[in-house]
Formats: sequence, C-alpha cells, structure tokens
Amino acid sequence: MIKLFKQSLGVLGRQFFMYMTHVSRMVQLTRDALYWTVVAPLRGKGGLRWKSTIHQMVLIGVNSIPIVATICFFVGLIMAMQAAYQLERFGASIYVADLVGVSMTRELGPLLTAIIVAGRSGSAIAAEIGTMKVNEEIDALRTMGFNPVWFLVVPRFLALLLVLPCLTLMADLVGILGGFFLAVFNLNISFIRYFNQTADALVMKDLITGLVKTVFFATIIAQVGAYQGFIVKGGAEGVGKSTTTSVVTSIFLIIVADLITTMIFYSTL
Amino acid sequence: MNKKPIIEIKDLVTYYGSRKVLDGINLQIMPGETMTILGRSGCGKSTLLRHIIGLSKPSSGKIFLKGQDITILTENQMLSIRRKIGMLFQGGALFNSMPVGDNVALPLREHTELEDSTIQIMTRMKLDQVGLAGFEDFMPAQLSGGMKKRAALARAIAMDPDMLFCDEPSAGLDPIVAVGIDHLILKLKKAFQMTIVIVTHELASVFLIADRVALLDEGRIIALGTVEELKNSTNKKVQQFFNRIPDPEKIDKDSYLNSLVGENNKL
Repeated sequence: MIKLFKQSLGVLGRQFFMYMTHVSRMVQLTRDALYWTVVAPLRGKGGLRWKSTIHQMVLIGVNSIPIVATICFFVGLIMAMQAAYQLERFGASIYVADLVGVSMTRELGPLLTAIIVAGRSGSAIAAEIGTMKVNEEIDALRTMGFNPVWFLVVPRFLALLLVLPCLTLMADLVGILGGFFLAVFNLNISFIRYFNQTADALVMKDLITGLVKTVFFATIIAQVGAYQGFIVKGGAEGVGKSTTTSVVTSIFLIIVADLITTMIFYSTL
Repeated sequence: MNKKPIIEIKDLVTYYGSRKVLDGINLQIMPGETMTILGRSGCGKSTLLRHIIGLSKPSSGKIFLKGQDITILTENQMLSIRRKIGMLFQGGALFNSMPVGDNVALPLREHTELEDSTIQIMTRMKLDQVGLAGFEDFMPAQLSGGMKKRAALARAIAMDPDMLFCDEPSAGLDPIVAVGIDHLILKLKKAFQMTIVIVTHELASVFLIADRVALLDEGRIIALGTVEELKNSTNKKVQQFFNRIPDPEKIDKDSYLNSLVGENNKL
C-alpha cells in the first residue's frame, strides 16, 4: 500500500517537473521573441523581416476574414435570439442591442477570434516549424548564421500582434450586425433605434478592454505554436502530435488569460 | 607542413542520455585538407560533425575553429562564426517554402550589403558551378534527390566559406549521381582551396576524395591516416570495414533464448 502511494507520488512529481520544464522553456522562447522583436531592432542588431511579416499577415489575417466574419455573425444572431427570448417577456426587447453590443466587444469578439486564429494559424505555425525541424531546415538556418527565433518566430509573432486586433474589431462589428439583423427582421426595431441604442450602450472602455486582451492572445498563439514546432521529434507523426497539442494548449491558455484579464478589468475599472 | 590546424578537437566527450556517444575524440584538421570521417551507422560521426559546427554542445572537451574555442561561445556569438562555414545536410535541408534561387541568395541577402542585381548574378554563378544553371525558379519539391543535394551545395558555398562540412553527401543517391557529387566536391576544393570535412560510410567516395581518413568506432577514432595507410592497417576493425566483412553471427543458445522469452532479469 505504501509502495503504491510512493509510486503514484513519483509519477505525479515526474509529470509535474516535465510540465514545469515545458513552461520554463516556453517562457524562455517568449523572452527571446520579445528581445528580437523589440530590443534587438532598437539596438540595431538585426532588423525586422517586414517582407516575411507581411506575407504572414496575409496568411494569418486576410485569409481568415471569411471564417471569422461568418462565425461572429452567427454568434451575434444566436445571442440576439436568446436575449430576445427572455427580454420580450418584459417588453424590453430593445435591450437586445445593449446585450449583443457589450458582450460582443468586451468578450465574445476577442475570444472567438483568438480561438479561430489559434485553430487556423497556431496549428499552421506549429506544423510549419515542426516540418522544418524534421527536415533539418532549422539546423541549416543556424549553420547559415541565422537565429531561428529571429528568422521564424518574430515575423509570425509580429503579424499576429498586428492582425489580431484588426480581426477582433471586424468580429465585433459583424457580431453586432448579426444582432441587428434579428432585431430589424424579427423584433421590428428600426435600424436607427437599434443603432442609437448600441451606440449609447457602448463606451470606449468596452472596446479597449477587448483590444488589450488580443495582445495577450496573439502572444499565446504565436509562442505556443512556435514552441510546439521547435520541440517536434521523430518525423510526420511528431508534427501531427505537436500540432494537436499546440491548438489544445493555446485555446486553454487563451481562456485562462481571458479570465485573468477580465477579472482585472472587472475589479479595477 | 608546419601550418597550424584550422580545426582542432581536444578530448571531446558527449553523452546522449546516459549513453556515451563520443569518447575522447582528438583530431586536427589542416587548412586545405579534405578529411573524411568514416564509420558505421550510429558510431557518432554525425554527432561529431554537429559538434564541430556548434549545433550541439559537448559534455566536455574543446573544439577550436581557427584558434577560437567554440564550446564556450553563446549561440549569438556562434552566429558570426558560422557565416564562414558551409554545411551540406544529409537531406539537403533546402527551405521548402522558397525557390532554389532564393535559397542560395538568402545568406547573401541577409549577411551582406550587396545590391540585389549583384546577388542575382552571384546566385546564378553558384548554381552554375553545381550544374543547376536555370533552375532558380524551381521549388525544392520539384527537384530530384541529386539535384536537391547540388542546390544545397550551392547554398553552402554561397558565402565563399573557408570550411565546408558534408553530412553523408552521397546517401540515398544512385552510384552515378553520387560520384557526380563527389567530383563536384573535388572541383570546388580545387577552385576555392577550402578545408572540407566529410562524414560518410561510402568507401567509393572516400577513395576518390579523401586526403586523410579518420575511422570512428563506438565513439573513438581507431585509425587515422591516408587511405593507403588505412588499407594496410593491421587493425581488425579497420580491415573489417575496408574489406566489407559482416559482423560474425553470435551463436550463444542461452542468450538467444533469453532474448526471445525476455528473461533478462536473472542477473
């Protein structure tokens, strides 16, 4: 009995330490990426690769506009219906505009966008870097005198930092449009009234808190994806495994970060 | 020949997990020399190469490149040294996301201040040297194995390195293409006076290009010298390698039985 207890403690401890090494290495990678994104260019130690960054912005940002827009429109619509179901009983269906507007900008816009981008681009980052690792391309980069973090991670990180707020703003807008769609065609609220109601309900703070979150989300997506790519071992199977892990980990971390930032905004602002 | 060695390895020891991969390697390579590191699969020869170019750090021992100890350098300090090194990886390791021309031009674009038109001309020159003129716009996936190796070689020599390292240059190629790569390396050696280190298990390549051979076995250098010297060596393992004699089959009934039923724990 004691032996079993000892054994299970051992397994638990080993798992914990393994987990902690992953965490510390990921923090290390993030620090390196921040150094090469912010400090190194300012000190003139290696500029930013803008061409590659713009290429990534197209891949990560422009190409995910349709899917982000569609999903956020639907979610706006769904929220409006659920809200109307309750509010209509009180004859307060105009407040659908408040509910959809505020929850979209403060919460659902940033969160949904981040989750979609994590699934679409976080996985792509992990798969791409992982395949390069398997093909010795990362080693080739290093022997050619390039830092892999500077060469591969920074353009993707930068692209995400720039693109995710834009996508989120679009998501907010489209989500509100979804609510508006229901209000106009089902609740018989006029376009002007819905617009005014939304404009009254929203304050600048709602929009800003949503956008602040995207900075953390972008960091999580880029670093988790890149880290999972760099630790790939053993061919195609390893790439697949890492890709899956990157999506699961980044979605988990995104929700944790969302919780923490929301808690801070809720209690202080 | 009283020149100083360009590459010097002193008492290099490396562990892979708890397994000793390299066990006290001492080796000096002179400028302009072609050194082949020969050995059977898994003897640690690729690991040795990775150490020389600083991709992995050894457990103990020192490696001097042009008198500079690279085992104490940080990754960022290594970057500038590596610009004077060309490396041909086993699978070529071309960047699959960019065309062949960009692959070759990449180090020139990032490490030099040259005009783009100059870089284009240099890229074509390098590709021409490896017999791939006119292939700039092909993607690596469109090339055959031998062409990939050639393109990778063009990329390795793009910065006119003093030292060229090749990891199994003829692995996975048919004999005719393989000998073509060997001749290419010879041609480059004559043209640029580079120091070349080649890791291989291909005897035909060794006879053709090696100035000196280091035979590696279980993490140690068991023989070092010219091809002739090694051919005439009396060392059993050297003879086994050069005469292509297979390992003797083990005929021990008990251990065979044990290995089948998995009863290894009656120690």
